[in-house]
Amino acid sequence: MMQEGLDDGPDFLSEEDRGPRAVNVDLQTDATLQVDISDALSERDKVKFTVHTKSTLPNFKQNEFSVVRQHEEFIWLHDSFVENEDYAGFIIPPAPPRPDFDASREKLQKLGEGEGSMTKEEFTKMKQELEAEYLAIFKKTVAMHEVFLCRVAAHPVLRKDLNFHVFLEYNQDLSVRGKNKKEKLEDFFKNVVKSADGVIVAGVKDVDDFFEHEKTFLLEYHNRVKDASIKSDRMIRSHKSAADDINRIASTLYTLGTQDSTDVCKFFLKVSELFEKTRKIEARVAADEDLKLADLLKYYLRESQAAKDLLYRRGRALVDYENANKALDKARAKNKDVLQAETTQQVCCQKFEKISESAKQELIDFKTRRVAAFRKNLVELAELELKHAKGNLQLLQSCLAVLKGDT
Amino acid sequence: PPSCLPAEDISTNSNGPKQEILLDDDQEDLFAEATEEVSLDSPEREPILSDGPSPAITPVTPTVIITPRAEASMFDRSLDEDEDTEENGDTFDMQITVSDPEKVGGFGCTSLNLFSRNEFSVKRRFSDFLGLHSKLASKYMHIGYIVPPAPEKSIVGMTKVKVGKEDLSSAEFVEKRRSALQRYLTRTVTHPALLKDPDVIQFLENTELPRAVSTQALSGAGILRMVNKAAEAVNKMTIKMNESDAWFEEKQQQFENLDIQLRKLHASVESLVCHRKELSVNTASFAKSAAMLGNSEDHTALSRALSQLAEVEEKIDQLHQEQAYADFYLFSELLGDYVRLIAAVKGVFDQRMKTWSKWQDAQLLLQRKREAETKLQYANKPDKLQQAKDEIKEWETKVQQGERDFEQISKNIRQEVGRFEKQRVKDFKVVIIKYLESLVHTQQQLIKYWEAFLPEAKAIA
Repeated sequence: MMQEGLDDGPDFLSEEDRGPRAVNVDLQTDATLQVDISDALSERDKVKFTVHTKSTLPNFKQNEFSVVRQHEEFIWLHDSFVENEDYAGFIIPPAPPRPDFDASREKLQKLGEGEGSMTKEEFTKMKQELEAEYLAIFKKTVAMHEVFLCRVAAHPVLRKDLNFHVFLEYNQDLSVRGKNKKEKLEDFFKNVVKSADGVIVAGVKDVDDFFEHEKTFLLEYHNRVKDASIKSDRMIRSHKSAADDINRIASTLYTLGTQDSTDVCKFFLKVSELFEKTRKIEARVAADEDLKLADLLKYYLRESQAAKDLLYRRGRALVDYENANKALDKARAKNKDVLQAETTQQVCCQKFEKISESAKQELIDFKTRRVAAFRKNLVELAELELKHAKGNLQLLQSCLAVLKGDT
Repeated sequence: PPSCLPAEDISTNSNGPKQEILLDDDQEDLFAEATEEVSLDSPEREPILSDGPSPAITPVTPTVIITPRAEASMFDRSLDEDEDTEENGDTFDMQITVSDPEKVGGFGCTSLNLFSRNEFSVKRRFSDFLGLHSKLASKYMHIGYIVPPAPEKSIVGMTKVKVGKEDLSSAEFVEKRRSALQRYLTRTVTHPALLKDPDVIQFLENTELPRAVSTQALSGAGILRMVNKAAEAVNKMTIKMNESDAWFEEKQQQFENLDIQLRKLHASVESLVCHRKELSVNTASFAKSAAMLGNSEDHTALSRALSQLAEVEEKIDQLHQEQAYADFYLFSELLGDYVRLIAAVKGVFDQRMKTWSKWQDAQLLLQRKREAETKLQYANKPDKLQQAKDEIKEWETKVQQGERDFEQISKNIRQEVGRFEKQRVKDFKVVIIKYLESLVHTQQQLIKYWEAFLPEAKAIA
């Protein structure tokens, strides 16, 4: 069965893959709490992440320990942050996307079914490629789950969260089942209500210039990041398709070379060899663009949404505060339920001020992180593109030298 | 022009069966034939490959046209000499340029004789090229010459790979056709016999070409379909040819294999062209998106870097477009040409089978005539006996002729295949090198662009 070869647990992540990846967020990790995903196992329809923690904090029983977690448990943790009123003033680190191997699995299955219709070499070649693709997706999902945990661990308040500690330490299953249909439907309606409310809240002009600017900025930024993310995906897909074509061309050239009895067979064989190598480089280019560009954009799509959510919560608190003020004035005017109105107003005021205070810092930090991440990734992207182009050039030039020498 | 051929060698016999008019009478519309498909089932198709007189073409027998023996000696000479015909300094060297029809109201066709420095410039319509090919095919295929096939009439490529909308744009289509016509004509004049053919000379030099009303214009695909039909007919022959010469069997198998692989390769390259164009479009789209993102980014340095990324990607999209162009005109078109050429080669092998078959039939008939004569010897019918003896003489001549024809076509094919293979090797070597050079250029440009961008990315503070 095709799947068996992919279920190698411990050996799946090579040495270089261990350790914090945090590619999209330039995080300061300190010794008091370090979290990473040291291992991962892919089974039929789920992925098991080994979450490894190193900590000097007294909260934990040991200094170093590991637990196994699944995607649903990450989501549970994320949702618990979102629902926690105390964290309303923070940008909640975005939840990692669900591991999606469906497309890859389908391709592998189709390949297995079509095994009889192709030569052994073609089959082996394609199998290797699909396995590489599967591995790439796998690495990505590990990275994204890890980034989430690192963001939490780096946050001065969230890192102290009890649920987070349970998540890290409790070595049994958290028994967090995925949402059932009813709950998913409830979520759906909640979101509808929230976005409708969001529109109303966003319409309220903020006296504070900083937040007013942030609101405008984030709205536009989020939409443009979304567009850039979609377009970069398309570009990378075309790149992969072209690399696949070159692969097929290389194979056919090889056959032509072996069949041909004339002088030109040398050319065919040499070029076939060349294309085998260059298409591997082209595939790597696509993969690197995916990691450094597409993933970066996708991450900041999610983070900018989380930032927007923060602004929404603050806006909501502001509206509540203003409404509470109006209610208090009314109560005083009528001299009825004044104490109650005063209490409500005070609560709203505190809530609003608490959120505003931390929100400002959170948004500034968001900008810092964003700039650092883009810088890192754009530099790495350019360096990789250069490396691959130079590699390609060298292969092409040396092949040309051989062929020209022959004529 | 050689004197052994009368000036008009194509009879336009209006008494023959109803001719299908393929040429478009509309002067202005150059693209009227653009999507016209050649009908397969019209009976006029057959005459080109069959022997004997037909209404549309002059009965061409080996004794009437430029004698193969004379041609053969020319071949031998050219084969003995240096491989590269360019170095001959012979009358074989002709440089052909076909230019954009928009400018001169017809495809401008310039031929420059590199030896004598004589140059002719004429205007030709697409149908004129097809007409030329049909004449040459009818004259030479049945004696074993590989006549280069004319370009495709229809827009859809031979491998029927789905191509984007861009390919249907008239500018691209015209350029495709122009380039194909130039290659077609160049291949035609590279053939030592065809270069000297009066129809070819007339095509290249005469200001006005006679309106060949009844010429059956066949595209490369048309020839291919006909060849397949002929091959089917050959397979149905009850007498299987005794291949005494292993060379022919070997070569046929080789061409069969080559055909399969070239088609496969052609399909993959067409797919590459398609994806490369797609990549170019998607890169341009991403570039715009990145520019927009840069605009909305409120950190100044990052905003600038993103705008520069957008510029880099825009340049890269141009690069992809140029590469797709090279993929197509260098690689894909060569493969397409050779797929069609191999169809012509196969056609010629089938002609040999037919020639053999004709010879065998003659022998069979002679045998029968002899038997009939023997019977008549005891029948006491002196005039019938004389007739039988005359018929025997007639068929003996035919048998001899059949044997000669078969030997001649076999000889011609050997020479043609030798010439063809040399040309094939040369063509592929040249194109492969040019193509790799285009790939080198692309990588060099990519390096330039990313090297310029890197410091901009590092400057983000």
